[in-house]
Amino acid sequence: MDADAPPLLAVRDLTIALPVGGRMVTIVDSVSFTLGAREILGIVGESGSGKSMTALALMGLIDAPGARITGSARFKGRELVGLPQRAFRTLRGREIAMIFQDPMTAFTPVYTVGWQIDEQIRAHGRVTRKDARVRTIRLLGDMGVPDPARVADRYPHQLSGGLRQRAMIAMALSCNPSLLIADEPTTALDVTVQAQILDLLRRLRREYGSSVLLITHDMGVVAETCDRTMVLYSGTIAERGPTGAVFARPGHPYTAALLDSIPPLHGARPARLPSIPGSPPAPADRPAGCPFAPRCGYAHDACAVRPPLLPRGVQDIACVLPAEGRDLPARCVSA
Amino acid sequence: MAMAVLRRLGQTLFVLFGISVLVFLVFFATPGADPTARIAGRNASPQTIARVRVEYGFDRPLPVQYVRMMEKLFVTRDLTSYVNRGELVVPEVFQAAPVTVSLVTGAALIWVLASVAMGTLAAALRGTWVDRGLMMLGLVGISIPVFWLGQVANLLTQSRYHDSWLFSWVPGLGYVPFTQDPLGWFRALVIPWVTLAVLFVGIYSRVLRADLVAVRGEDFMRTARAKGLSPARVLLFHGLRTSMMTFVSLFGLDFAQLVGGGALLTEVVFGLQGVGRLTYQALGNLDLPLIMATVMYSAVFVVIANAVVDMLYLLLDPRVRDGRA
Amino acid sequence: MTAPLIEAQSLRMEYRVGRGQVLRALDGVSLAVRPGEVLGLVGESGCGKSTLGRCLLRLARPTAGRVIFDGTDITALPERTLRPLRQGMQMVFQDSYASLNPRRRIGELIAEPLRVHRDGQGRRRTAGDIAARLAELLDLVGLPQAALARYPHEFSGGQRQRINIARALALSPRLVVADEPVSALDVSIQAQIVNLFMDLRDRLGLTYVFVAHDLAVVRQISTRVAVMYLGAIVELGDADTVLHSPAHPYTAALIAAVPEPVVSPDGDRAPPLRGDVPSPIAPPPGCRFHTRCPIAQDRCRTDPPVLRDPGDGRQVACHFPLESSA
Ligand SMILES: Nc1ncnc2c1ncn2[C@@H]1O[C@H](COP(=O)(O)OP(=O)(O)OP(=O)(O)O)[C@@H](O)[C@H]1O
Ligand code: SF4
Ligand code: SF4
Ligand SMILES: [Mg+2]
Repeated sequence: MDADAPPLLAVRDLTIALPVGGRMVTIVDSVSFTLGAREILGIVGESGSGKSMTALALMGLIDAPGARITGSARFKGRELVGLPQRAFRTLRGREIAMIFQDPMTAFTPVYTVGWQIDEQIRAHGRVTRKDARVRTIRLLGDMGVPDPARVADRYPHQLSGGLRQRAMIAMALSCNPSLLIADEPTTALDVTVQAQILDLLRRLRREYGSSVLLITHDMGVVAETCDRTMVLYSGTIAERGPTGAVFARPGHPYTAALLDSIPPLHGARPARLPSIPGSPPAPADRPAGCPFAPRCGYAHDACAVRPPLLPRGVQDIACVLPAEGRDLPARCVSA
Repeated sequence: MAMAVLRRLGQTLFVLFGISVLVFLVFFATPGADPTARIAGRNASPQTIARVRVEYGFDRPLPVQYVRMMEKLFVTRDLTSYVNRGELVVPEVFQAAPVTVSLVTGAALIWVLASVAMGTLAAALRGTWVDRGLMMLGLVGISIPVFWLGQVANLLTQSRYHDSWLFSWVPGLGYVPFTQDPLGWFRALVIPWVTLAVLFVGIYSRVLRADLVAVRGEDFMRTARAKGLSPARVLLFHGLRTSMMTFVSLFGLDFAQLVGGGALLTEVVFGLQGVGRLTYQALGNLDLPLIMATVMYSAVFVVIANAVVDMLYLLLDPRVRDGRA
Repeated sequence: MTAPLIEAQSLRMEYRVGRGQVLRALDGVSLAVRPGEVLGLVGESGCGKSTLGRCLLRLARPTAGRVIFDGTDITALPERTLRPLRQGMQMVFQDSYASLNPRRRIGELIAEPLRVHRDGQGRRRTAGDIAARLAELLDLVGLPQAALARYPHEFSGGQRQRINIARALALSPRLVVADEPVSALDVSIQAQIVNLFMDLRDRLGLTYVFVAHDLAVVRQISTRVAVMYLGAIVELGDADTVLHSPAHPYTAALIAAVPEPVVSPDGDRAPPLRGDVPSPIAPPPGCRFHTRCPIAQDRCRTDPPVLRDPGDGRQVACHFPLESSA
């Protein structure tokens, strides 16, 4: 990758606040990251950590009344924060496309999937109905849909979950977007189908040259799919870096604890799973210092001040430990 | 699909049969009351009573009586009202039906168009003064009594301002058959149409707006926006199209009950000799044959309308077609 | 060997799905769970895991076959005779919120089964008995005593699942069927609840049937595992044996498909299976897995394999079971 070229997407200090009970609550707090061409960036975090909100902000799809979005998100040099809806409309679907968690509810139930893909193609260019359908069928075929012409004429509820998600991806790619945002694209699917869809997402980069922002709560999905990983906790970045490094040597106690709490599929079974006590704070109750402090086994006085995101090797870590020279131990990796 | 339609048709016929039996039993087999006397009317001569008894087979078992009745209603159509000096009942209903159907169909057209426009506009501009204004207007429409509205309309167009340029085209009260004079038909009905529609515009626009607002939060609406479609297209093609279900079922019921006689007040105010008025008169005179005929007529309408709504469902929602929803 | 606590014999469960079509959710399922065992039920969505769980507790009545709980055939027992037996078997569901009435306090919710059922001597429980038992239950599941006066919405998903567990344990059941009890929880919370299940089993000597689609969770908690595909068990055996060296190609594929939180140096893995699970309304003839099986032969397309022991104590329904790799 060319280090000097500006990244496809550069997000700086993105902050999203919503009015809750008459008071502004910061849902996403100063999130920054970049995404290069043909890169897959994983955003992981538990529910309520702000993953989806970040994605929706990039699409200009947050329309809660009174929402305040600040910071900057430059996409191909163009500022997305504050962009008027009219301008967003020409970007959405054509430059930035999005796929959602539940492909059943994400398609309009009363139209065939082919109709819905045609609609997107025709929304962004002067294309006849017939040409659009030809392209739709080709796209479905590319996504590994068997008998694409017939599938195009079916209604969403008539397809299996895997086919629906393939159709959803075909629709997202129909206008050759440079950025694909996938919000939990496999969470509603069975594991064997999930493996197929993840394989498809990896292929997209090779065959369509797309960059992918993959949002998920599943560390396994990130490990298998993403070049770089960003871990969110309660609306803030805990850690980010190349996926290999983050998984081999997590620098933030939250990342490490999260990885430890996943029961292993191979090797010895632990008598007890290492677990994180308590649960993440609601955005309105986020502590002033390190948001993870109430659950962190390493918490001490220095954690009372919100630790900034600082580089440590190839990673960036929002924790006081590295600066104190107390790095976390590397994980014993068995595969 | 064809199978589903056929099955629905069969059900419709069955329901109609059931209703006819029920109505028959209620009117003619109520213990302790002799239907002969009731059909013949008060102060009927013994000869009349004897004739009625033979004609309707009241001296025979119930099933025979039922068949006789249905025969008189649907086959020979010579059901006679004795209360009303030997008037044939079925042609009377057939004369009243076009009046009511004209009145209700015109009103329905107005209320569907107006409420879709108002509901959609209000949902699109949710939270603005346009939204609030439209919904207020709807509420006013719901709370005005039809009878009063009709009287006021008559007062303005028939007497007070009848001679001004504004209302001089309004003909006197009453019905003009379409086949005789289409323009006259239209002129005679336009004010009754609007009067009858007002209430329904109010209800339907509010229902539609609520449905449209609810559907906004659906995943597929977000997908539609993420595709880069214009807000109008998102609202009309994805929102409106999927929120039509409540609207359609409501419409089927209202339309059927109005055609079946529910437009009585409007008919009375505007001097239209429709089914509602006919039923009302029949009840007032205890004119049993006429009651039987009008009740059967409205039952037919309600049941057919229900069947049509179900078919529309099949057309509107592919999930219903596959028996999934 | 001890007698099984719960046993299913050739269970079949059919649902009418309109247009005269029949969906066979369970097609001849037999298994036995002995006291103290944890049987993990795994498989993809729609394979019949939950239906089996519900049939075992007689929350659903199977179309054919028998369910035997603690030596009593409960398949056809009327609800009245079944009621006293119900105390001994309880269920925990996936959606921790939907299973709790939002307008009632936690104390009332957990106490409900105590009020409805009589105690061991056939007496109604006194208010004092109930209060003491509530305190004990809260301790058991790790909730503060103050929780009793609060409402379900005031708790997080993990805590609500603790409440559900406390309610299930109120009558000291011997068997607990848990249907995806941790699937809706975040990983960090999931670990807490899995640990709680394991602690409770050790302390109270419980027997579990644990339904889940997450193989790693199932491996963590189970002593034995049953793998289901399209309404039938395809492999059943000791958890370590089955998950370490699967004999059925489907089990092997399920294991291979799990994305592991480890970055493998040898690049991307190919997906182990092609295609989707076929519709249970029209399952494939022969071996029901043959449409997706990577090693299917001609015989598999016509000849349905039956569960049998390949020689190491487990049961496999495959004509060509995989050689054990261990
Ligand atoms: N319209 C809203 N009003 C108030 N709070 C909101 C709104 N939408 C989202 N939130 C809150 O924002 C936070 C982040 O939400 P978001 O949907 O981004 O989380 P997530 O990480 O995607 O979670 P999940 O894995 O459950 O999808 C949550 O605490 C959520 O309750
Ligand atoms: S800053 Fe302190 S509390 Fe926060 S993660 Fe690091 S050690 Fe734990
Ligand atoms: S019987 Fe044949 S198709 Fe079925 S699992 Fe075994 S090898 Fe595969
Ligand atoms: Mg989300």
